[in-house]
Amino acid sequence: MTKLIVGVDVGGTYTDLFLFDEATGQARVGKVPSTRGREADGFAAGIAGLAPLPAISAIVHGTTVGTNALLERKGARAGLITTAGFRDTLEMRRRDRRQTWGLTGNFIPPIDRDMRLEVSERTLADGTILHAIDPDEVRAAAQTLRANGAEAVCIIFLHSYANPANERAALAAVRAIWPNPHVAISSDILPEIREFERTSTAALNAVLQPVVGGYLATLDARIRAEGFGGEFLIVQSNGGVMSVETAARLPVRTALSGPAAGVIAAAHIATSAGFPDVITGDIGGTSFDVSLIAGGTPALAAQTTLDFGLVVRTPMIEILSIGAGGGSIAWVDKAGILQIGPESAGSIPGPACYAAGGTRPTVTDANVVLGRINAAKPIGGGLARLDVAAAEAAILRDVGTPLGLDATAAAEAILRVANARMAGALRLVSIERGHDPKNFSLMPFGGGGALHAAALIREVGLARALIPRYPGVTSALGCVIADMRHDRVRTLNRPLTGLRDLDAEMATAEADLTPLLDRAGVAFTARRVEHALDMNYVGQTHTVSVPIPAETTPEALLAAFEAVYAGAYGRLMPGVPVRVLNLKTAVIGERPKIDLFSLAPAPDATMAAATRPPRRAWFGAWIETPVFDRLALPVGAVIPGPAILEQPDTTVVIEPGTTGTTDKFGNIILAPG
Amino acid sequence: MALDPVTLAVLKGRLEQVADEMDATLFRSAFNPTIAEAHDACHGLYDATTGATLIQGKSGLPIFVGVMAFGVKAVIDKFTGPNAPVEGDIFIFNDPYLGGTHLSDLRLIRPCFHNGTLFCWLASVGHWHDVGGAVPGNYNPAATEYFQEGVLIPPVRLYSAGRLNQDIVDIILAASRLPVSAFGDLNAHLSALDLGTARVAALLAEYTAPVVSEAFTELTARAAAQLRAEITDLPDGRWEEEDFLDNDGRTDTPLRIACAVTVQGDRLTLDFTGSADACAGPVNISRATTIASVYVALKHLFPDVAANSGVLDPVTIILPPTSLLDAQRPKPTGGYTETILRIIDVLFCAFARIRPHHAIGNAYGTINALSIAGNRPNGDSSGGSRWVMFSFFGGGHGGNPEGDGLSHGNPPIATAIIPPVEIMEAAYPIRFTQWALRPNSGGPGTHRGGMGAIYEIELRDTAAELFVFAERARYAPRGVLGGGPGAMNVVRYQQADGWHTPVLGSKVVGVKLAEGNRIRLESPGGGGWGDPAARDPRATARDRKMGYVG
Repeated sequence: MTKLIVGVDVGGTYTDLFLFDEATGQARVGKVPSTRGREADGFAAGIAGLAPLPAISAIVHGTTVGTNALLERKGARAGLITTAGFRDTLEMRRRDRRQTWGLTGNFIPPIDRDMRLEVSERTLADGTILHAIDPDEVRAAAQTLRANGAEAVCIIFLHSYANPANERAALAAVRAIWPNPHVAISSDILPEIREFERTSTAALNAVLQPVVGGYLATLDARIRAEGFGGEFLIVQSNGGVMSVETAARLPVRTALSGPAAGVIAAAHIATSAGFPDVITGDIGGTSFDVSLIAGGTPALAAQTTLDFGLVVRTPMIEILSIGAGGGSIAWVDKAGILQIGPESAGSIPGPACYAAGGTRPTVTDANVVLGRINAAKPIGGGLARLDVAAAEAAILRDVGTPLGLDATAAAEAILRVANARMAGALRLVSIERGHDPKNFSLMPFGGGGALHAAALIREVGLARALIPRYPGVTSALGCVIADMRHDRVRTLNRPLTGLRDLDAEMATAEADLTPLLDRAGVAFTARRVEHALDMNYVGQTHTVSVPIPAETTPEALLAAFEAVYAGAYGRLMPGVPVRVLNLKTAVIGERPKIDLFSLAPAPDATMAAATRPPRRAWFGAWIETPVFDRLALPVGAVIPGPAILEQPDTTVVIEPGTTGTTDKFGNIILAPG
Repeated sequence: MALDPVTLAVLKGRLEQVADEMDATLFRSAFNPTIAEAHDACHGLYDATTGATLIQGKSGLPIFVGVMAFGVKAVIDKFTGPNAPVEGDIFIFNDPYLGGTHLSDLRLIRPCFHNGTLFCWLASVGHWHDVGGAVPGNYNPAATEYFQEGVLIPPVRLYSAGRLNQDIVDIILAASRLPVSAFGDLNAHLSALDLGTARVAALLAEYTAPVVSEAFTELTARAAAQLRAEITDLPDGRWEEEDFLDNDGRTDTPLRIACAVTVQGDRLTLDFTGSADACAGPVNISRATTIASVYVALKHLFPDVAANSGVLDPVTIILPPTSLLDAQRPKPTGGYTETILRIIDVLFCAFARIRPHHAIGNAYGTINALSIAGNRPNGDSSGGSRWVMFSFFGGGHGGNPEGDGLSHGNPPIATAIIPPVEIMEAAYPIRFTQWALRPNSGGPGTHRGGMGAIYEIELRDTAAELFVFAERARYAPRGVLGGGPGAMNVVRYQQADGWHTPVLGSKVVGVKLAEGNRIRLESPGGGGWGDPAARDPRATARDRKMGYVG
């Protein structure tokens, strides 16, 4: 019997698909235009183009629909019920501001003030209930919100992480009258101390529930109507998948869905290729997104800020984003210093070379002017050709003339400064976190990553770059292989010496999470549970994440804490008491991995068949540069720089002093030499 | 040697990353929340011989950007000849008359050697929780000499050629009510300096000392050129502005802050003649602090200008020698934040007239420092059970050309965020009964000022003493271009006989409160921008619907 799994990553412009046939080990990739507003059409059409829906056993989806709704302020109308005296927590944030200098910039809260109601109740920091809720009062508040048009409601009480009793009682009261399932309490979403972060996460979840729930229901109905009878799963920000039911209940966990899937794929590809320590670099149109994977495991972050004041706190793949992508605009500031970004030409009007109304020079324009990008064969297939003259004119006017450089030198300067900014991001996740870059490989993906990879490994001192066979569909591949994963953070806030019931806490957490795996209706190849503690010295507010040792005695936990702390800061504080702030638990249901040999080059591939006519490109001088069709290269091909490899979704630049080789999976390994 | 523009741009980013990384190390490992959460700290690289600011972190406290140069210079001036710094030395001090700001800010300064020659200085400064003195947390509105504000540490060697002088550590820790916190912060500063030293060494190995030096020179020259270009774009002329501090914490007499701004070609002269004389209470500031506050104001007014000493090149600052803006020891300086915020307000009002198209209403104009201190019940009196809750509270920002001012922002001199209520309630025997926006506090305008906040705190299971150091209870944050003022600060506290307002407006020293008593702060809003009559009726309707106004 066939077992087909399809990964679908819906981006702003394109929907990428990856199909894997478990029975034959064969894989196929697809790319169709995204149909914004009618997502179900593009979604179903894309899948149907690869295989008939009734034949498919699982569809795994990475989505940005939630993130886009938040960034564009197109969330649903939601209401919030909270502790008397605290309805403005959401709007007051942590008393910050948009940018350090300038004192402009305002904040519109995701739930308006008139949709935030207070009820008399109070729980104290130690979990004591000072005032129990009055169910009638809570119900009345919910009815008011409903009458004012709320489609979803969230209930957020102070210190509910310490004792959720009041929130649970309020939930029961509201559930009795609320006409839809969009009711949630903060202690279910994030039982963690810090009321603003918890409120923001719960409020954004409420705003998204109707949007993401509706979106997924439409997709689900459509594919079921076309005969799909398998599992439909959604990728979360933590890189694990969840059921549609969980996603509709906790849509805030899709904030980084697509990018997280890309990192999961990168971890698998890199580990398979024998390089489990990698830094991913995804160069898109407006940003450069970086993640660190050590020993095959992606680093996790506790929270992210989608926009000023829009904080989502939930364990997620750590992705550092800087405003330096292909569309980032190059400009010279008043001090005469060349800057790249953060302003971007986006895809509309796009770089000057698109000749679609954009007149300001971008990083892509520099790559075009220097012959690195083939102007006659743009990637993605949307444009017939690129306008080199327009790119040159824009670069000369905005960068060359102010700096006294010709167009070529100015384009080279743009690349050097853009590379330096990207290198800064790579250093931030490696050197700044105590990792030596010379032990790491760079894995570029997205349309632009491979153009800059050779320069970046040199600049940062990375060992090599590993360019996956299909950089443009990495996120879709990640969807197919991602494990199911559910995380839970619970605040304990106790001194280490007073932590007697850790084993019981761990068991409770596990018991809470396991049903999510059971209910998903997915067959797993294995299951595992991971626990870690957030710990610090009493008096500190920041914590370090400590893996729980085999033995959970205070002595063993202290030793584990000191090992992590010394690694992070170098100096221990003997004698100062240690505190345990949070218990972090993850249950993981492992799903089958793809054998990447399925993507390998055909055995009859030859260098001769892969060779294309050379073209002029700039590497410190104009050089007639060899060009190859990347996908036609055989295993074991060795290509000294300078050379350019072309494929439909990206361009690989092998700089002089760098050599590219094709490994057994069809990855390109770029290394100095 | 002329540095190519590309290497310059690359090095600028690399050097800023060194300072940013030092910031992050200190924030994450410091013990007191004023550094860890509120980021009341800063790091930078400073010139080997002049101490001038070369590179500043982007995440540190803006006001330190300007003063650290004075701190480094104090060390350069003191340690000369046979006593000159050697590799492995680290200096520490908090003398505000030499280094600006106040005693709470400890400065650790480390020479950075390359091939045996002093290449530059690294500095790490942060606001410690308690450095002794009469008042826990060191905001003592009643101080008349620095001796009542805390222990003054002159520049001394904490490390001599790599060897720790434990005696110095013992003296500093003995002076603090919270020695563990102080020790934790000290270690965090040292970790940051270790890291900075390693990063600078790596950078010099990669780029060579002459190239990095050239980048320093060039970046400073360019910042100066950039500000000159901005000044040249302004009309020539002279504009006078004034505002007032409520009082000095001793006598309820307003203190004038006056500035005449003269634009002439590419130069700016700021003449503070006419400002009040040095006062008995702690709102005096040293010359270093005054210059730093000008720097902060200019960085807000011209945000694109790079953060280094070049910014001050085209600016002449005239300070009357007897004024509270050029304090001499032992005049108290603990409330320095209030005075520099007023200087920034005055300069914002002056520039609103000089270039109206960029006018911004005044922000709330006070640091709103509150400390509550007591002993935990059932504890002994050895100090082990002593608790000190200390935090700064927020307010509104000014209306501006882009729109309404931000509600509940942080002060212009800081990028501090406020600790969560849940963290404070878990750590101290208090309970917040309200944490809310303050309606009607934003100054009216075409673009309204941002709202201040209402914070109400109840003492639980314990008696305690209350200290508040704030301003703007007598003079409201001003609007610009016809915009109205923000609401003034209101501080109240409850005792057995009912609610009280402090005699000095928003300054309170050691008021004894009983279990169950409450404290209420209603912080100022920001000033409005433009004529309120011209406000979009939809925005006015929304203000009413949301309860922001009405």
